[in-house]
Amino acid sequence: MIVHVGVEFTVKPLHATLRTMNVTETQAGLNGNAIHADQVSRHYQMGGATIRAVDQISLDVRAGEFLALLGASGSGKSTLLNLIAGLDRPTSGAIFAQGRDLARMSSEDLAKHRNHTIGIVFQSFQLLPRMTLEENVELPLRLAEIPRAERPGRVREALDRVGLAARVKHRPAELSGGEQQRAAIARALVNQPMILLADEPTGNLDSKTGDEIMHLIAGIHRPASGPGRTIIMVTHERALAEQYADRIVTLSDGTIAREESLR
Amino acid sequence: MKLGDLTELAARNLREAILRNSLTTLGIAVGVASLVALLSLGVGLQQLVDRSVARAGLFDTVSVRPRQSTPFGQPGGGRRNPRDAAADLVPPRVLDDAARKEIAALPNVLEVNPEERFTAEARLDPNSQLVMVAGMPASSQNSGALDGLSGNFFSGPDAEEVIVQGDMAKRLLNEGQPPASLLGKEITLRFAQRQALPPPSQQAASDAPNQAVGPDEEAMGFSIVPSEKKFRVVGVTPSSDSGGGPVGFNNAGMYLPLAVAEKLQVVQQADLREMSRSGAAEGMRYAALNVRASSPAAVAQIEASIAHMGFAAFSLIDVTRNLRTFFAIFDLFLGIFGSLALAVASLGIINTLVMAILERRREIGVLKALGAADRDVRQLFFAEAGVMGLAGGVFGVLLGWGIGRAIQFATAVYLGRQGMNSPNIWSVPLWLVLGAVAFAVVISLASGIYPASRAAKLDPVEALRYE
Ligand SMILES: Nc1ncnc2c1ncn2[C@@H]1O[C@H](COP(=O)(O)OP(=O)(O)OP(=O)(O)O)[C@@H](O)[C@H]1O
Ligand SMILES: [Mg+2]
Repeated sequence: MIVHVGVEFTVKPLHATLRTMNVTETQAGLNGNAIHADQVSRHYQMGGATIRAVDQISLDVRAGEFLALLGASGSGKSTLLNLIAGLDRPTSGAIFAQGRDLARMSSEDLAKHRNHTIGIVFQSFQLLPRMTLEENVELPLRLAEIPRAERPGRVREALDRVGLAARVKHRPAELSGGEQQRAAIARALVNQPMILLADEPTGNLDSKTGDEIMHLIAGIHRPASGPGRTIIMVTHERALAEQYADRIVTLSDGTIAREESLR
Repeated sequence: MKLGDLTELAARNLREAILRNSLTTLGIAVGVASLVALLSLGVGLQQLVDRSVARAGLFDTVSVRPRQSTPFGQPGGGRRNPRDAAADLVPPRVLDDAARKEIAALPNVLEVNPEERFTAEARLDPNSQLVMVAGMPASSQNSGALDGLSGNFFSGPDAEEVIVQGDMAKRLLNEGQPPASLLGKEITLRFAQRQALPPPSQQAASDAPNQAVGPDEEAMGFSIVPSEKKFRVVGVTPSSDSGGGPVGFNNAGMYLPLAVAEKLQVVQQADLREMSRSGAAEGMRYAALNVRASSPAAVAQIEASIAHMGFAAFSLIDVTRNLRTFFAIFDLFLGIFGSLALAVASLGIINTLVMAILERRREIGVLKALGAADRDVRQLFFAEAGVMGLAGGVFGVLLGWGIGRAIQFATAVYLGRQGMNSPNIWSVPLWLVLGAVAFAVVISLASGIYPASRAAKLDPVEALRYE
């Protein structure tokens, strides 16, 4: 079943998208790919057995594309996302992000990659509970060593964008789930990364709140003005994927079972 | 991450588990406090000894004697130092006025006084005591040798006045009278006086006894006659049990103005020796001279110069050097015991931080996901250890200072009950304060090494996986 909700996108040709995103050819890497995975595997050794969480996956994600990763529980979606995020290293194979091979980066450079190139949103929000929203959103700026004077403006701008400007002094526990996820999105975007990774961002939310979050993500993907972003989203819900994504990749037992281009 | 951000985050993390971190910090504080308390005691005791030694004039005084006149070695039984070995080649000289002037002309010499000491019988009816009497130069008034004196110093260099040591005062007085009640009383001193014999031709004409003999008069021989003189007590020094009064070189039961003591012409041991040795002695000869240096630093040089002039020179600089070594080792031991408490405290830090890692797995995972490098996480935990160390150090110094004050107060009360005045046995110098805080920080950082590297190595995927 395909449900169309009243959000329409004008699909631009790739070169136009790249131009609006202000992405140069070298930044985008070979063939204009934001992500290029080549025979990537992530295996776990459990006693004598080998668990192939991700097995020989090759995948290209174009700059400015919205990719949805679908699949049953345990099919390796999160593992693949973590590899792309640079939180985990592949057992074999190569992953290029913006043209640079993550497998060959030092852990220091990988940290920079997570800080500058990637924004991550988790199913369980992962806001630090004792910090106010403001402080949570400031964290990536601290890690990026952004000058102190610049930070409040950027924090406010990011929270404003997700509609939480009035809640800056609140702590996560004082917010609804949807609001927390919006704060997490603000945190993921505050360093203006090229790629937004989301692991079941609506998984902990009711469907109405989930829709709100998806609207937000769609707006980040193609904003009314300014540069758009590459988005890779893991989800259980096929309907959401079909509604928002440019392409759906379905995983099964660590391999790609199906690919569908929607737009 | 920048240092400012690190400390800010560290401080807020510490505040989040305020009770646990306060207890850990308190542990460090107790360790630092015990270190500070013990070392301050060591430093205080050392200063107490230094003060007594300085008061005795041991640091700035060189004692000079004719080389032969010390058949039993140098005063104090001291070792001969290598300088003397070279000086032995210089022929010995007579310690006369010329020598005194020569010594006085040496650089850094403040004054040269003859050592005037004799035994006398002191009488204050109905009591009498044998007492060691010493001549005291006017410079002693301000040297600290007479700290705690009741009454006054001599009214003038020729005043026929006496200052009595506290213990001696007690012995001269009747039971139960305070030493200070001696002030204003007249004491009779009975001593052996040297009277020059006139040359044989005039011997019959010279019958007048008790006639003062000038130092320049030719001593063709002398007779010894008992003599008496009255002195008014102007001052009483503290008795030895209250830790006061001159000790060391100048130790005596009674003190007269130096010039007065000289004029008494008391028979000196050296007189007898000189007499049996040579027939033709000219001018005044001294048994010993006390040379006062402008500073303790100049003593060694003066000592060497005098030795090269052909005299035996001695100072207590070498002895006090040993004393300093002793205190260095004493302080080292106190430091080691104090550090033990700090070692226990450092285990507390390790424990607290390891616990914090378990609790903050998720936070560490989030930080890494947001772009924290291993180094950032490590530094964050280091900063937390450092902040605890700094806080514990500062608080510990205050606590140690308080403990020291309490010990000082308790000693004062205890000694006060025993009728003694209490010396200051407690001192917290700046180097100890800064050193203790720095030590606490270093120990804390060292304790943070293991937890910090464990936190840094945490796998973010693992840390973020489960709720
Ligand atoms: N550290 C690990 N050790 C062993 N096996 C692991 C480890 N991490 C993941 N796996 C296994 O890898 C496979 C893929 O896990 P992954 O978390 O990627 O699944 P998923 O598709 O995200 O599932 P879900 O939809 O439930 O989140 C699973 O079978 C899982 O048990
Ligand atoms: Mg998952």
